[in-house]
Amino acid sequence: MRQDQFILGVIVSNHFGVLTRVSGLFSRRGYNIDSLNVSETEDPKFSRMTILVTGDDYIKNQVVKQLSKLRDVKRVELLPADSTVLREHMLIKLDTKGHSVTEVTEAANIFRAKVIDFNADSVTIEMTGESSKLDAFINYAKTFGIIEMCRAGALAVKRGPGALNGEYFED
Amino acid sequence: MLLTGAEIIIETLIEQGCDTVFGYPGGFVLNIYDELYKNSDRINHIITAHEQGAAHAADGYARASGKVGVVIATSGPGVTNLVTGIATAFLDSTPIVAITGNVPLSMLGRDSFQEVDSTGITMPITKHNYIVKDVKDLANIIREAFVVAKSGRPGPVLVDVPKDIQLAKCEFEPSEMLEAEPKRTVSDNFLSKCADMINASKRPYIYCGGGAIAADASEEIKALSLKLNAPIGLSIMGLSAIPQDFPNWLGMMGMHGRYSSTKANYEADLIIALGVRFSDRATGDKSKFKRDSRIIHIDIDPAELNKNIDSCISAAGDIKNAVARLLNLVEEKDRTEWIDRIKEIKAEEQQQIAARENGRLTPQKVIAELQKHTDKDTIVVTDVGQHQMWTAQSYKFYKPRTLLTSGGLGTMGFGMGAAIGGCIARGRKRTVLFTGDGSFGMNLTELATAVSQNLPLTIVIMNNGVLGMVRQWQTLFFGKRYSNTTLERKTDFVRLAEAFGATGIRVSESGDLETAMKKAFDTDGTVVIDCKIDMDENVYPMIPAGGTIEDIIVN
Repeated sequence: MRQDQFILGVIVSNHFGVLTRVSGLFSRRGYNIDSLNVSETEDPKFSRMTILVTGDDYIKNQVVKQLSKLRDVKRVELLPADSTVLREHMLIKLDTKGHSVTEVTEAANIFRAKVIDFNADSVTIEMTGESSKLDAFINYAKTFGIIEMCRAGALAVKRGPGALNGEYFED
Repeated sequence: MLLTGAEIIIETLIEQGCDTVFGYPGGFVLNIYDELYKNSDRINHIITAHEQGAAHAADGYARASGKVGVVIATSGPGVTNLVTGIATAFLDSTPIVAITGNVPLSMLGRDSFQEVDSTGITMPITKHNYIVKDVKDLANIIREAFVVAKSGRPGPVLVDVPKDIQLAKCEFEPSEMLEAEPKRTVSDNFLSKCADMINASKRPYIYCGGGAIAADASEEIKALSLKLNAPIGLSIMGLSAIPQDFPNWLGMMGMHGRYSSTKANYEADLIIALGVRFSDRATGDKSKFKRDSRIIHIDIDPAELNKNIDSCISAAGDIKNAVARLLNLVEEKDRTEWIDRIKEIKAEEQQQIAARENGRLTPQKVIAELQKHTDKDTIVVTDVGQHQMWTAQSYKFYKPRTLLTSGGLGTMGFGMGAAIGGCIARGRKRTVLFTGDGSFGMNLTELATAVSQNLPLTIVIMNNGVLGMVRQWQTLFFGKRYSNTTLERKTDFVRLAEAFGATGIRVSESGDLETAMKKAFDTDGTVVIDCKIDMDENVYPMIPAGGTIEDIIVN
């Protein structure tokens, strides 16, 4: 069956062990997490997870239903790719030895990224955007040499005024 | 009133309707056991020989009574010994609450003596689990544990209580016994679609499982079957849901199911699946299971819908309610052609059974002879293996909750603990355990519990000296290379029974069976009947794993 990436918005209780329950569910049922982000919401009782998963319709269906069964999971929703704002965040340190620094800063400007650390041999850049934009920059940065990088899991909210409604995925 | 954590545990257990707990004491549950001692007039504690036995006993108690079973164990090895029992309950959706002690909060995470990550270990085999870190939360966590265990699709819940929480004091407010959360119900629209499909069907087949027992839906399902003239096939977990003398009863379906039940399922044009999860043991080859038939699936757990088998239409909800409402929407039909076809299939089955008959002491003869001494309410427990399938195929069940068997996890060693729990749940009435020499060997130490409790257990060992089910596969699929299944043990089960203080009886030939069985049922207390079965006695019919009705082996 066709494999697609899908985006899950999940509201969970904000206490210890919840991340283990969620990630454990994925590993024991054999679903792959592409990325997972979790942090407290405006209400400290709850955290919000954004999970990107690749799978077919069967996995999509099961992930939502199995997550919904966890006591600590309060709401689960599949966020439609075409009406969801999705952002990733990245810190990337480039080797600038033998290159002009302006080359890097110009590239950063074109990608609307920020230089946040700078010295004779390296530049560290902070960047936010859709996954494809980050991928493109990483690709470009390889011409300099990437010393190290870290990339946060995607964050996603639906466009428009609505919040997660947590309906079960319909059969 | 100001109570300690240990006192709160006892008060909330009693308040939530628990009068019997199974367990085993240890260093980090001493305070709970001290309270059990002081409250022995209000709550009965059964000490087993091993924590695994206690977990199976709580499970058996829950299966037989429909109430939540409770088990208490200490930290570390106490918890790990519960694991198989909890997983067994999880796979068969049995409501149990396990209360475990742990090292004091300040000692957690330091690899202290008898410390394991109890909630971590049990996370994938419980509906939910808790570690109590503040005594003020304790009462409500135990109450919630009971609600979670019995709501929706039932299952096990573990509450881990560190020692300092058992000692700490806080104000305790009594509460009433909390009910299970209300069950979801299926929509009218869904039921009317079901009715359309059913009314159009020429060959409907009702397939029901453990969910029918959990939902107490037997009467509704029988009424539906009569109105539709639809036969009923069962999963092993649903076997006691429909009495075997019910006219449309076909019995267990699947790998070792009855021929008639599996065959009719394959010939049906509509399968009405109620409270089942389409286990691979029942379906065989999933891609061919559906064939041309359409499937309606109703289950309390939405995650079961389209998990193992794609249905045409499905909905999550209470089966009892759904079938009761469906009854008003479906048309009464004779379906004579289908009923006649079922009769033909049943006649074929009778011929196969007759062809298997020989002069030997067969498991079927043992089961039939035993059944002369039991009544419709007798609890029958099994272990796991050939004897389990023989029991499922030929013991006649009449009432829900009379068969306690490990269907999902297939836990050898389940039987002794479950029989103890089942027997106690049913007012210590005579309870039967069918086991094999392999399974019995795993937890036979629980004979000590049965004898010390003076429980009327009749334990039938189908003793063929081999691990028969695995051997059967080796016979059929591994060129008779009997790797490690020929036990060659010298255990004398009659003397073993006597050593434990039980009565032992040996049956070697079918001619001895009647007298031996009579003697067994004339004897009080725990009786072990060692039945010598031929090691080449196989379970038939059999559909090899991943096969279809085309692959069935009948003899």
